[in-house]
Amino acid sequence: MVEKTRLLTIFDILTFIFMLVAIGLVFFYAPVEEIMGQVQKVFYFHVANAWVGMLGFTVAAVMGGIYLWKGERKWDIAGFAAIEISFVFFLVAIISGSIWARPAWNTWWTWDPRLTTASIVELIYAAYLLLRRGVDDPNRRARFSAVYAIFGFLSVPLTFISIRLLRTIHPVVVGGADPSAQGGFNMTGPMKATFFFSLFAFSVFFVDLLWHRIRLGKLQEKIENLRWHKN
Amino acid sequence: MFAHFKSYLQAVGAIIWKDMAAEFRSRELLSAMLVFALLVILIFNFALELDISTRSSVTAGVLWVTFAFAGTLGLNRSMASEKDRGCLDGLLLAPVDRSAIYFGKAIGNLLFMLIVEIIVLPVYSVLYNINLLQPGLILVILLGSIGYVSVGTLLATMAVQIRTRDIMLPILLFPLAIPVLIAAVKASDGFLQGFPLADIMTWLNLLIVYDIVFITIAFMVFDYVVEE
Repeated sequence: MVEKTRLLTIFDILTFIFMLVAIGLVFFYAPVEEIMGQVQKVFYFHVANAWVGMLGFTVAAVMGGIYLWKGERKWDIAGFAAIEISFVFFLVAIISGSIWARPAWNTWWTWDPRLTTASIVELIYAAYLLLRRGVDDPNRRARFSAVYAIFGFLSVPLTFISIRLLRTIHPVVVGGADPSAQGGFNMTGPMKATFFFSLFAFSVFFVDLLWHRIRLGKLQEKIENLRWHKN
Repeated sequence: MFAHFKSYLQAVGAIIWKDMAAEFRSRELLSAMLVFALLVILIFNFALELDISTRSSVTAGVLWVTFAFAGTLGLNRSMASEKDRGCLDGLLLAPVDRSAIYFGKAIGNLLFMLIVEIIVLPVYSVLYNINLLQPGLILVILLGSIGYVSVGTLLATMAVQIRTRDIMLPILLFPLAIPVLIAAVKASDGFLQGFPLADIMTWLNLLIVYDIVFITIAFMVFDYVVEE
């Protein structure tokens, strides 16, 4: 476990290639959108990051459940890794969305259901990370993290629904007439291809980072054990 | 089978009785929660323009912010005293199902929160000349408090075992309690403004769903949160 396995190295290279291809597609293959121009291209990365961010939450909740059931530390390491990298992916999604929003909607932020739920999810991630920091005993930390990950994950649908209901009754004033504000703009063939490839590339990127992070987690655990046994 | 259930209920009842008895001797928790709630209402008086025209639209929000903060205080103190005096260890050694501890503490916390709310309502009514003693509003307060306390008790049990104990509970609880707060505020507002019941039902349903889902999950995972 000290040296990087061959498989991981190959996966790293693949990830790099896929991401390069995705970037290339976005800038050279996908057509420039009529209404928004170059800014629209942010979407290819924005949605991919958001998707990966939520995927990470699902992974973490599942890992948490399995940890509670089986009690093996590796599930906790995996769950922590998932949340930690999802925190960053989701933050990138939020910021890239904001960058897109400024020219498109003339505002950096709006409190519509999706964005509000996104900010709450990000805060749940932050709370999870703070929670881990505050517990020294590894078993307790693992249990608490698992419980919170499950709770957090299950709260998201209810949160989204409640905010959706809240905002449809009191419509938000800001929100462009631009149909892509609802995420349902018409995509031509090349755009669709770019979009899905970007989604795929980021998913691969997520798995690659997760793998690395889990490896790091296992090494950290090893150090912790050595330190503890020495004392 | 029935005997087992009966002893379970006895355990839950014993824990509630213990908390109530301890509290009514010292009254330190309730007085702290109550004073804090009144202070929050006072601050809102200056923070928001609570003149007659805007008052009716913000009352629901002010009330629920007050209850959320006071509730957090109560939850923290309630679980902290368990941990500090070693009561929690004692309870864990007792031959009862761990979930009985959860229900006992949760119901105890709920009663504290309800007592504070029942006192705050008439005080607010007098201070702002709004009649808050309506059955619909009281129902919302009950449902909302149940939801808040069921998640809060579990998270407080975790939070008191963490180093940064006092600050952790709000950080952990507020993101998860958003659906309760939204639904409770909208439903309270609906009753106060006299909206038709059909409109308010959505929010009441949301509250009920939240309560059921989270009480169930909390009950299932409580063991993991207290085991040594």
